[in-house]
Amino acid sequence: MARYVLGRLGRAMITLAIVLSIVFMLMRLLPVETYFGGRSDTMTDAVKEQILRSLGLLDPMHKQLLNFWKSLLKGDLGKSIVYRKGVSNVEIIVPKAAVSFKFGIASLAISLVVGLSLGVLMAVYKGKHIDKLGNAYVVLINALPAAVYYLFIQLYLTTLFGLPMLYNQYNPATWILPTISMSLGGIASNAMWMRRYMVDQLNQDYIRLALAKGLSSRQVAFRHILRNAFIPMSQSLPTSILFTISGSLYVESLYSIPGLGGLLITAIQRQDNTLVQAMVLLYSAMSVLGMLLGDLTMVLVDPRIKLVKEGDTR
Amino acid sequence: MRLKRRNRIEELSEGFAAVAASEMAGEGGSQPEITDDLFTPAKFDVTAGERTGYSNYSYWGSTFRLFLQNKTAVFLLCFLCTLLLFTFIQPYLPNQLDPNKIYINPATGIQYRNVPPNKEFWFGTNSIGQDLWSRIWTGTRTSLFIGLCVALVTNIVGITVGAIWGYARKWDKLFTELYNLFDNIPYTVLRMLITFILRPSLSTMIFVMCLTGWIRTAKYIRNQILIYRDREYNLASRCLGTAGTRIITRNILPQLISVIMLQTALCIPDAIGSEVFLTYIGLGLPVSMPSLGNLINEGRLVMLVPAQRYQLFFPVLMVSAITISFYVLGNAFADAADPRNHRR
Repeated sequence: MARYVLGRLGRAMITLAIVLSIVFMLMRLLPVETYFGGRSDTMTDAVKEQILRSLGLLDPMHKQLLNFWKSLLKGDLGKSIVYRKGVSNVEIIVPKAAVSFKFGIASLAISLVVGLSLGVLMAVYKGKHIDKLGNAYVVLINALPAAVYYLFIQLYLTTLFGLPMLYNQYNPATWILPTISMSLGGIASNAMWMRRYMVDQLNQDYIRLALAKGLSSRQVAFRHILRNAFIPMSQSLPTSILFTISGSLYVESLYSIPGLGGLLITAIQRQDNTLVQAMVLLYSAMSVLGMLLGDLTMVLVDPRIKLVKEGDTR
Repeated sequence: MRLKRRNRIEELSEGFAAVAASEMAGEGGSQPEITDDLFTPAKFDVTAGERTGYSNYSYWGSTFRLFLQNKTAVFLLCFLCTLLLFTFIQPYLPNQLDPNKIYINPATGIQYRNVPPNKEFWFGTNSIGQDLWSRIWTGTRTSLFIGLCVALVTNIVGITVGAIWGYARKWDKLFTELYNLFDNIPYTVLRMLITFILRPSLSTMIFVMCLTGWIRTAKYIRNQILIYRDREYNLASRCLGTAGTRIITRNILPQLISVIMLQTALCIPDAIGSEVFLTYIGLGLPVSMPSLGNLINEGRLVMLVPAQRYQLFFPVLMVSAITISFYVLGNAFADAADPRNHRR
């Protein structure tokens, strides 16, 4: 066990190092004009060169990479060049991440609870109205571009309930619609997955045995199927939890929520390259970390997983 | 001892017989009695021994029969074909307006701004006086073009790489490591980043969507191929010296038609969705090249005025019709093409 954890940890570190380097190099592909904040025509060449030099962009590639890693290990993600000029990116990101996290964790909880219960209901009443209705919902949410239904929720539900259209930190009523919008996709995918899983499992021998020995279908559903259903979920759950801080790009910018999703869009639109880089680095790091945690949880939750490496089955 | 046991068994079986008899008596009233005259003896037929059976099963026949049974799917297929055809013939119809021309009211000399739908402008005009009807059809053409391009490239590259990845053992480790590496950069972010670097244009848009799209397809095909690779018939094929490419194309890929078709069909709503998204965050196509993404975006900007919401509704209606049709159609076709559903 300890050996597996250590090995997995080591691999994650290596992956992280490579991924972050790749992202850094990708960012270096940006044309240098984007570093002048859209004022390149009013600047003299000397000023331009001075800006580039101060950002360390004139150094050779390997030196830039080395400097990047040095500052990264000190927890320094550089300074913003447009959005809030001169402020360190970490300082910008942390408070925004906290806002996103609140919305993210609420919508994650909703999508889990509502999605899984909807999936169970759909499986139990398979072929009945509730199943058809649920399927229609899943098709709608999966097929339509998210922008479309987010827009319509904002446009019509706000007027219907008499809510303000934009987020207000001091008015909890304005928090409801963004949270619900963010959980719609999760509800659909959880419900679809849970329904398929339940329908598959109902034909399995262990379920038949459980029913044959006289357990009620309620007990079978909760004690046998649901507990097994959490195993594959446990792998993706850490990633989902981590990514709650990234926020929803659409919803946050639609409702003007001061979170990370909206920040990324603003940073890209205003060409704040260092801020974009810092955020992409953060996302990639979270993804690596999420996968690591997912694999580790999986081992904890499922005793059937063998940690010993096996040869080919055939 | 032995004798005794036999007695016991006889006793038991007698007991069962008694129970069975009593049960028969209990239910006998409702069941018709079975007599010999209910049966007609078959005559001995010499030719019957020579008769051979065959199944007239045809894969594509069954697929199409099942597909045609699904009325919704057939309707949506007809609808999409008509739509596709219409996007091409629309510019050649009489009385069509130019999608990029700004129309000016001859009486006042001012542009026709935000004119609600009327006889001249069937879907109204946008905020700078362009005809929405022709813009929507041009936009549909652009968006469908993006979607189809992405679906084509994603599938060709994804299936090829996935087949090699899944079939060739020595490549498996390398590809898996590479996948784990690149899968860690969130796709939305990667798309935004590359569009940002390459500057938005039609080719950039198709490129970024293909760039991120094929990876998942390849992974999916790889997993599917792993399931079939070592089945007995493939083992036999390999022993007989069949080349790997032939095993993949003749033995394995036909099994995956249903999932490949589903992937293809879902690619298109996906591509349209991310086009809408990229446009929304300001990395979309220029306004001079109408697409459903930038039409929705234009509509969004004026949506707070109820009288101008038609500028949002028409493109949204078009997007919804297209994406839902492709989604439902893909699922219906995948169901029909799955041999497990072909049992009668």
